[in-house]
Amino acid sequence: MHAHHGGVTLGHGHRHHGGRGPLFSPARRIVLVGNPNTGKSVFFNALTGIYVDVSNFPGTTVDIAQGRWGDDLIVDTPGIYGVASFNDEERVARDIILKSDLVVNIVDAVHLERDLFLTQQLIDMGIPLVVALNMMDEVEAQGLKIDVGQLEETLGVPVVPTVAVQGRGMDELKDVICHARPGRVDPSLLAKLKSWYGSTAPNPELLLAAEGDLEVAARAGLEPQSAREELYIHRRQRVNDLVSRVVLDTREEGGFAERLGRWMVQPLTGIPILGGVLVVLYYLIGFLVAQQVVGFTEKTVMKGVYEPFVRGLVERFLAPDSPLATVLAGEFGLFTMTVTYLLGLLLPLVIGFYLALAVMEDSGYLPRLATLVDRALTGLGLNGRAIVPMILGLGCVTMATMTTRILGSQRERRIAVALLGLTIPCSAQLAVITAMLATLGPGFALLYSAIIVAILVIVGTLLNQMMPGKSTGLLIDLPPLRIPRTGNVLRKTLSKVQMFLSDAGPLFAIGSVLLSVAQITGWLQGVQDLLSPLTVGWMQLPKEAATAFVMGFVRRDYGAAGLLNMQLTPQQTLVALVTVTLFVPCIASVMMLFKERGWREAAVVWVGCLVAAFAVGGVISQLLI
Amino acid sequence: MTLDMVRRGDRVRILKIDDPQVRFQAIRFGIGEGADVRCAEKLPAGPVVIRRGRQEIAIGRGIARSISVEAL
Repeated sequence: MHAHHGGVTLGHGHRHHGGRGPLFSPARRIVLVGNPNTGKSVFFNALTGIYVDVSNFPGTTVDIAQGRWGDDLIVDTPGIYGVASFNDEERVARDIILKSDLVVNIVDAVHLERDLFLTQQLIDMGIPLVVALNMMDEVEAQGLKIDVGQLEETLGVPVVPTVAVQGRGMDELKDVICHARPGRVDPSLLAKLKSWYGSTAPNPELLLAAEGDLEVAARAGLEPQSAREELYIHRRQRVNDLVSRVVLDTREEGGFAERLGRWMVQPLTGIPILGGVLVVLYYLIGFLVAQQVVGFTEKTVMKGVYEPFVRGLVERFLAPDSPLATVLAGEFGLFTMTVTYLLGLLLPLVIGFYLALAVMEDSGYLPRLATLVDRALTGLGLNGRAIVPMILGLGCVTMATMTTRILGSQRERRIAVALLGLTIPCSAQLAVITAMLATLGPGFALLYSAIIVAILVIVGTLLNQMMPGKSTGLLIDLPPLRIPRTGNVLRKTLSKVQMFLSDAGPLFAIGSVLLSVAQITGWLQGVQDLLSPLTVGWMQLPKEAATAFVMGFVRRDYGAAGLLNMQLTPQQTLVALVTVTLFVPCIASVMMLFKERGWREAAVVWVGCLVAAFAVGGVISQLLI
Repeated sequence: MTLDMVRRGDRVRILKIDDPQVRFQAIRFGIGEGADVRCAEKLPAGPVVIRRGRQEIAIGRGIARSISVEAL
């Protein structure tokens, strides 16, 4: 990946808040670096205030925030455990660190053994450094004592104790930043660097090349070494020695938060807790957002006020039935359906889901949930981390497909994308499906769920058996449970929502143009006629059901909604609901599928979903009706 | 023996980690080869949660099978 943040200015940021000031060329690039969950973003906010520019690092889901502090530029980085290229976050952080003038390393004082590995690595890179020893309040609460003086002495860089969320130590930190300096590099490391590269001055590229980072070595024209393990082990010993000298532990077991953390992981208690979380989620998102908020934004605002206005505007210049008017403001119009769908329906839902996800992530619940469900997902060729796209899929499959990038291997991404497209009903469908199942009674609801879950398990297991290679296993840090910070949660949500709108928005627009063209040319009607033998003969549904399926592709919820108005027996309803759920995801999600996975793989998934939907629907129909 | 065989509460020393990626990440977490850890939690057929100091790491069963340990 190429570094693209070269010569960065806040010109982009100025556009955001409407200023036209001169381009800002920072005196220094100050980079914030730390492990995940160390409170890094609180420091970022305290230093930069509101003039912040969040952008997506190209080709990744990684967001980078930049802001101004006096004459300096502050750059935030994703939380990492070390500088290397094990995943997207690390590559992004590494490239930003390589371009830094100095680094503020935020350290969780309760987890020094873990966090100081990164600190020592930064020191070994020879970068001027200040360490913020954060969460000192928890250190006291947990009966730990830290000898800050000796820590500072041994590391050779300034160390400032802080409680960032209370603002404690922040002024001291600001004063100390200008005293950032390179720390004490291990002499034996220096000797090795000298024997390999003939240089005695520590430098970031040199160290990373020595640790076998091929990208950095190639960029810097250095010969990569294969000494990563040796250097890591040595660094680990150094850190362990240091920690044993500066930390005095007076108590081993934690309090209630630790017990609660255990309960979340153990199936016996964890499953009921998960059940409770899902009920709360369903109430907040499925009821409050999907029905109350969307009812207002979609029906009242967009369809009641906005769409008539746009139609009126278009019809002032164009004949209502002309092709251009249809494309712009027709049933699937660019300025009618796309805008209504994106802003009226999806925006509130996406905000709701990302908010919930941010709370679960910041509180420390998400990694525990991943641990709890890991066993179940392993059989499908996934690991516990895949629970994130699966949950998001219940909101919007397009958004979930985008999020499969967090998974560890191409194999896992492939499986997750296929399962999302096939079996996970999005929130729009879910609302109609629950409404229809409610009229049928608990027996049918149970049957429907059992069929969908069975297909999820069967298809996942088959894919896992058939696909070559091996999926990655779970290896995650379980951070302590904490109350999430509102500011962090909001910032995270905002940047994720922005990313969704800019990534998915154009896809929805292209999709609606395609649909309008299909409607004008009569192609849509043709497909419906083409499908009707299948729906009538094979699945024993009324002819109009074909319309619902085709409309399901247009918008998954339309498909299900179309069924609501049909006279169906309970058995027919079940067949139709299963088919609509398995049927191809909506047009935007198909395009996201093509964008993420390439045309060949996407085509296989898409056709596979179609075949599976009609096959399963037909089989159930033949058995029941 | 391997890490998937430990029981909750057992104290073990990590001897050998086969997968290099897992090995590097384990060193960063402070649970690399040579580290003394305690099994804090073990899910039926699922991940093993190990603890060292205040650090807790969840390790999937597949990875746990590839980590050699000895009882302390």
